Amino acid sequence: MAEKKALTGNEAVALAMKQIEPDVVAAYPITPQTDIVQYFSNYVADGKVKTEFVTVESEHSAMSATVGAAAGGARAMTATSSQGLALMWEVVYIAASSRLPIVMPVVNRALSGPINIHCDHGDTMGARDSGWIQLYSESVQEAYDNLIQAVRIAEHPDLQLPVMVCQDGFITSHGLENAEILDDETVKRFVGEYKPRFSLLNPAKPVTFGALDLQDYYFEHKRSQSEAMKNAGKVILQVAEEFKKLTGREYGYFEKYMLDDAEVAVVALNSTAGTAKMVVDELRQAGSKVGLLKPRVFRPFPAKELAETLRGLKVVAVMDRADSFNAYGGPLFNEIRSAMYDTPGPKILSYIYGLGGRDIGPADVTKVYDDLLEIKKTGRCDSILNYLGVRE
Amino acid sequence: MSTENLPGWKDLPAGGLILEPGNAENLETGEWRSSRPIHDKQKCINCLFCWVFCPDSSIIVEDGKVVGIDYKHCKGCGICARECPPKVKAITMVPEGE
Ligand code: SF4
Ligand code: SF4
Repeated sequence: MAEKKALTGNEAVALAMKQIEPDVVAAYPITPQTDIVQYFSNYVADGKVKTEFVTVESEHSAMSATVGAAAGGARAMTATSSQGLALMWEVVYIAASSRLPIVMPVVNRALSGPINIHCDHGDTMGARDSGWIQLYSESVQEAYDNLIQAVRIAEHPDLQLPVMVCQDGFITSHGLENAEILDDETVKRFVGEYKPRFSLLNPAKPVTFGALDLQDYYFEHKRSQSEAMKNAGKVILQVAEEFKKLTGREYGYFEKYMLDDAEVAVVALNSTAGTAKMVVDELRQAGSKVGLLKPRVFRPFPAKELAETLRGLKVVAVMDRADSFNAYGGPLFNEIRSAMYDTPGPKILSYIYGLGGRDIGPADVTKVYDDLLEIKKTGRCDSILNYLGVRE
Repeated sequence: MSTENLPGWKDLPAGGLILEPGNAENLETGEWRSSRPIHDKQKCINCLFCWVFCPDSSIIVEDGKVVGIDYKHCKGCGICARECPPKVKAITMVPEGE
């Protein structure tokens, strides 16, 4: 039986972890992820789960212990944010290239420097080429639902790839929302029992993880890793279909909001999409044909589906809560524009916004839609690359 | 290095895993060597220090006696020569090509 509960994003994620009950969790607390580890360690201390909880001295060790546990055949999880993810870096790549189906909630937070603890997507965008699947969550409900689905995605025999489940630091992680929570049994049945393909602890089937791999084999292993990521899209949709049967909640590569007949649209990840939906409602009432596209899956990048969905629009703003420092727009902008290259389609603009937790309100998003409507009307666009909400 | 006859990516275990135990023996690390250990059976007292310390299991021992060096795998690190007791000095390192 599902039940409505008022929860923060971190509480919901910790609760999902309790219901999944992984064999091993090795984690280190870091703002704003801290509550996840704190709540989960309470479940362990209170005997609510049988998970082996490894207290480590850093995130490098957290990811290392998680990788070790996963190579040992355990269903293993950790969680992090920002600098924590940065400190895990080299092991993050090893998790993916060793094809270990680790699931990791990441509470998005700006990276240093300067030091900042608030939300932007610089941390996970930085890890976009690490070989992890990345799911983004607008709300507490989505953070919870994505985490449960992530286990099935990661462990699918065709993939065996780690998954990051991202939500916005403080905005979602500490904001209280109503979410529908499944009962423990239903979650356990959905994720099923983990049957690892290999385990370092199985002497009957010996295996070496992490061997030296030089000019003669490395490239082939990378090619097969790439293929697994190519297969991931299909699996993500299959798991979403099953999840929908269970909950009625629909998930795909992205969510379309008032997009089908829209002329201009915004593309935005995570909680900003919620704000944008409100603005879309207002502008629609005033008669403007505006819409929103909210990507859920950023890795693998659903290039074909995005291009098909956006091709009919006139002007699109891609909002990035991260700068690429490539002097040519944010990461989401660049990938979407590249995906549209072979399709006659809309003019596409980059808006970098909200760095270091800078508030993004309805007025800011309205300004973006106003720009787009103006460009649509006049056909004149002064600037492809824009910063939103920064002082000149 | 010719790699044409090696298996393609579809035929390899995912994740760079190695499923065949002990196959490090197939990797001939001996080609990395810049100098080689020469073992003198006359001087050797068979204390087996070299065998204990060799990081590549390249000292060949039979019936408790050093009988030679596995040059297919010896990397030429010189540890055996260093660990051989100073009064014995049964191993000397000679530059490759000499
Ligand atoms: S040189 Fe190094 S690798 Fe070669 S036999 Fe001596 S100790 Fe072993
Ligand atoms: S360390 Fe020297 S003396 Fe001892 S077994 Fe080896 S070669 Fe012989």
